[in-house]
Amino acid sequence: MIQIEKLSKVYRDRGRQVTAVDAVDLSVRAGEVHGVLGRSGAGKSTLLRCVNLLERPDAGRVVVDGQDLLALSGGRLRKARQRIGMIHQHFGLLSSRTVAGNVAFPLEVMGVPRAERAERVRELLGLVGLTEHAAAYPAQISGGQKQRVGIARALAGRPNVLLSDEATSALDPETTASILELLRDLNRRLGLTILLITHEMDVVKRICDSAAIMRDGRITESGPVRELLMRPGSELARGLFPLPPPRPRPGTTVADVTFEGDSADRPFVSSLARDFATDVNILGGAVEDIGGTRIGRLRVELPGGPAANTAQLAHLRGAGLTVEVHEAEEAPA
Amino acid sequence: MTWDEMAPLLRQGTLETLQMTGWSTLFTALGGILLGVLLVITERGGLLPLAPLNKAVGLVVNVGRAVPFIILLMALIPVTTAVVGTSIGTRAAILPLTVAAIPFYARLVETSLREVEPGTVAAALALGASRREIVGKVLLREARPGIVAGLTVTVIALIGYSAMAGAIGGGGLGDLAKRYGYQRFETEMMMIIVVLLVLLVALVQLLGDVTARRLSHR
Repeated sequence: MIQIEKLSKVYRDRGRQVTAVDAVDLSVRAGEVHGVLGRSGAGKSTLLRCVNLLERPDAGRVVVDGQDLLALSGGRLRKARQRIGMIHQHFGLLSSRTVAGNVAFPLEVMGVPRAERAERVRELLGLVGLTEHAAAYPAQISGGQKQRVGIARALAGRPNVLLSDEATSALDPETTASILELLRDLNRRLGLTILLITHEMDVVKRICDSAAIMRDGRITESGPVRELLMRPGSELARGLFPLPPPRPRPGTTVADVTFEGDSADRPFVSSLARDFATDVNILGGAVEDIGGTRIGRLRVELPGGPAANTAQLAHLRGAGLTVEVHEAEEAPA
Repeated sequence: MTWDEMAPLLRQGTLETLQMTGWSTLFTALGGILLGVLLVITERGGLLPLAPLNKAVGLVVNVGRAVPFIILLMALIPVTTAVVGTSIGTRAAILPLTVAAIPFYARLVETSLREVEPGTVAAALALGASRREIVGKVLLREARPGIVAGLTVTVIALIGYSAMAGAIGGGGLGDLAKRYGYQRFETEMMMIIVVLLVLLVALVQLLGDVTARRLSHR
């Protein structure tokens, strides 16, 4: 649904050049929720704004719903934008218009006749649960409600794609949860493809099917969320299951064991202890529910160096677990 | 002077002042909003970046703001004569008043437009709005309270300027105050004119405040 190829954006200011987006490839399939995670300044916002050409990239291709956006200009680009919804961190609502007026704005832009507009506004407000706030002004409603208005407004053009620019970053955790829930629901009910950017790990965890991590204008890893979490050395996994830096003591083996789904329900620690008559020391770990699947990561310590534990590690791998062994530091001479 | 002698003069003077301020306000509102919008949208990174136009408008506004009104009034006499046909009278005063007030108001409009949250413009662009729609439905609409407040300040300045214009041949309350209050020592006349002007300014301020408040939903 969204294909971004070799996209670059360079900002020039008084002779200085800053490459905000550096030859990024990104592809989001129809019906998918894709999250781009990164710190502020990583270039993710610029990347997102290039998808509906709020920013014009210096190089690359942007294809949304089969349409090469860079080939469009003027009225045709505006038409294409009407089919790409966007929601914003600070909502971007018109303070001079009521909730209903804000949702009607894109309909006016599209030239929808007045009578039809009122009907459609009602429908959209119903979709986001704001029917009774239609006559309120943005200043009179809460942040979460404002973002709901933003979502209703973004859906006015019946888009196939929704871009979310840190849509929950200005909201408290509970409100964030309810907005994410709404986005998930819209994704499922309307088949809406969502590309979101965020700096919150939690957002990726809650609603993303696939994710990418962006740093210094580049994508450093990407793929389905579950796959990334199972990938040894994954930054996403490290972010979601924070464990302190491993410090294996000489003569022991420290391993991070990642498990998902079925394997999460099998008691691998006790079976390891039983089958190999070994002591398993648990150093830390966490279990998360990712899109209905339990995924967890446990750091265990086994007596004896990695060489002595080959069979044990093979046993874990054989049980469908991902095992990452931390090498012990050189013993002091 | 008796009240019967003063009343018709005052009525006539007030009417002329209202005429001068009224018409110049109308033209100033149109010109000031136009220039204010141009200043904002033609700048670098604006909706319609046009550096040369931006510089030209900026220059006109700065020059207009720099010339003291009393000098502008006299300097414009040839222009006024060419456009209006005469340099004396209420109608002739409208031109210099407008020329003086437009740059002043343009800066106030510019300031209010800059206070419109940039996110709303980006959001409107993302929704496929055209530049014209963004200027009309986002920028001007969102800045309406500030635009009205700025116009209030401008109208009050125009009332003051109109008295100056009156003093060099434009008629109105300023002319009355000069001829009767100043040159003939009619203290009563002077005081009544001062009271009338204070009331007029207070009324304009009240109207402006109420309108701005009603338009603001922040």
